[in-house]
Amino acid sequence: MTMFQEIRKAIQGLWSLLVGLKITGHAFFQKQSTVHYPRKTVPNLATYRGHIELVGREDAPGTPKCISCYKCAVGCPSNCISLSCPEDQPSAKTRAQVVPDPLGQDPAFRLTPFKVPPPEGVGAPSKRTPATFHLDYNYCSLCGLCVQNCPVDSLRFSEDVYLAGFTKQEFEYDLLTRLRGQAGNS
Amino acid sequence: MTPPFGIPVELFAIFLALALLAGFVGLNGLVLVYLERKVAGHIQRRPGPFEVGPHGLLQPLADALKLVGKQLITPRGADKWLFWTAPIISFAPVFVLFLPIPFGPILTAMELDLGLLLILAFAGINVLALCLAGWSSENKWSLLGAARAVAQSVAYEIPLLLAVLAIAFQYGSLNLSTIVSGQGAWPWQWNIMVQPLAFFIYFVCALAETNRAPFDLPEAESELTAGFHTEYSGMGFGIFFLAEYANMIVVCSVATALFLGGWHGPVASGVWWFLAKVYLLLLVMMWFRWTYPRVRFDQLLNLSWKWLLPLALVNLIVTLVLVKL
Ligand code: SF4
Ligand code: SF4
Repeated sequence: MTMFQEIRKAIQGLWSLLVGLKITGHAFFQKQSTVHYPRKTVPNLATYRGHIELVGREDAPGTPKCISCYKCAVGCPSNCISLSCPEDQPSAKTRAQVVPDPLGQDPAFRLTPFKVPPPEGVGAPSKRTPATFHLDYNYCSLCGLCVQNCPVDSLRFSEDVYLAGFTKQEFEYDLLTRLRGQAGNS
Repeated sequence: MTPPFGIPVELFAIFLALALLAGFVGLNGLVLVYLERKVAGHIQRRPGPFEVGPHGLLQPLADALKLVGKQLITPRGADKWLFWTAPIISFAPVFVLFLPIPFGPILTAMELDLGLLLILAFAGINVLALCLAGWSSENKWSLLGAARAVAQSVAYEIPLLLAVLAIAFQYGSLNLSTIVSGQGAWPWQWNIMVQPLAFFIYFVCALAETNRAPFDLPEAESELTAGFHTEYSGMGFGIFFLAEYANMIVVCSVATALFLGGWHGPVASGVWWFLAKVYLLLLVMMWFRWTYPRVRFDQLLNLSWKWLLPLALVNLIVTLVLVKL
């Protein structure tokens, strides 16, 4: 580069610095875009990614659309999801039996087997409705793979912003019970 | 005059002056911390500190109390003596730095013919403190921060001196009061009109000398955790922090005296004009910090050696020729 080009570049650089100052200076006098939290809250949480939750059927909001395909559980990189389906009884399959643990670690340590038999009459609309559906939110990275992978759109991010707790157990969710509660409320 | 309690009056006066000065620095430190966080908040379109006191006014006080109350930890393997003298060395020159600054027509702690030289000489001590702090911490990040501080200080002290020298030659004096009284009340009578380039160079160098963003490489959080003061807890860190703010006030005061007409103002000249100009410059410094990303180290050195130094030299030579004519 010749000297003149260098100087031109430097002047352009200085100009861009002024432009930067203009932008932040402008922002300084603009309305604040945050709210004073405990006294006010954000009205619209539509874009918020909370922990995942099940989506109910249109005809039976207390029953999830889920067809127990295990795709979400298999795809979850953090092994957060565990579910069981009455159709897979009587052995009450655990995830470890459906897919070998990809990381080859001790399954007893990483996975929770569910041996609970499904309650009578629950999940009547389809034989493959899950009997249990648990989420361990402690390990969830909110990557969204489970939501993307679900073939019947039975998973979505909840809008639970104001989460706080004292124990790990408070963040282990029984999503089926949660869905039933939501359906009961609505 | 009979000295109270048998203490010589001069000694009493010195202690009073030191206490006042410490109070001034401490108070300004609190105000600046508050301002800095408020400016940061508003530039990012959030309120900044808000919960402690009305509009968060008591937040810096709460922070200061928290810092004072914290345990002082010396890392294992650190050179204990150097480690704890470093913050003191960093803060001690501050008491000298404020002496020759003409805050008002008569409000100068000490009229010195070499006032400017005194400030420049003692301002250089700070980098020694940073160097010692980084060296004695036995932490690689601290050491890297110290090395950067030294290289940066060497690079920027020269253009800074050259820029200041242009003004000094113009007035034939290193006395800040003389330089201030040579300027008029209105902005077009200030030195910044005659020496805009010198002001620009001075201000850029001042940012670098006080380790302010975008030149805050010695304490670059993202690369060096906190650079030279990584290992300092509680008031060890607090003193470095206070020294940084005190140094900011000093460089802005010198800029005000040299370039912005000091305590002169269009109406009612006095100390308030001086403080207003100093705070204006401080606000600009904060504005810079929350606007510009940190430069890379080679960019930092290139800027000084390839641009500021030649420009400052040219500026000085032109000034000399014009003064002689
Ligand atoms: S969001 Fe990602 S980590 Fe969380 S449960 Fe779904 S797949 Fe697992
Ligand atoms: S991917 Fe969807 S349908 Fe399949 S098990 Fe998970 S929630 Fe049920």
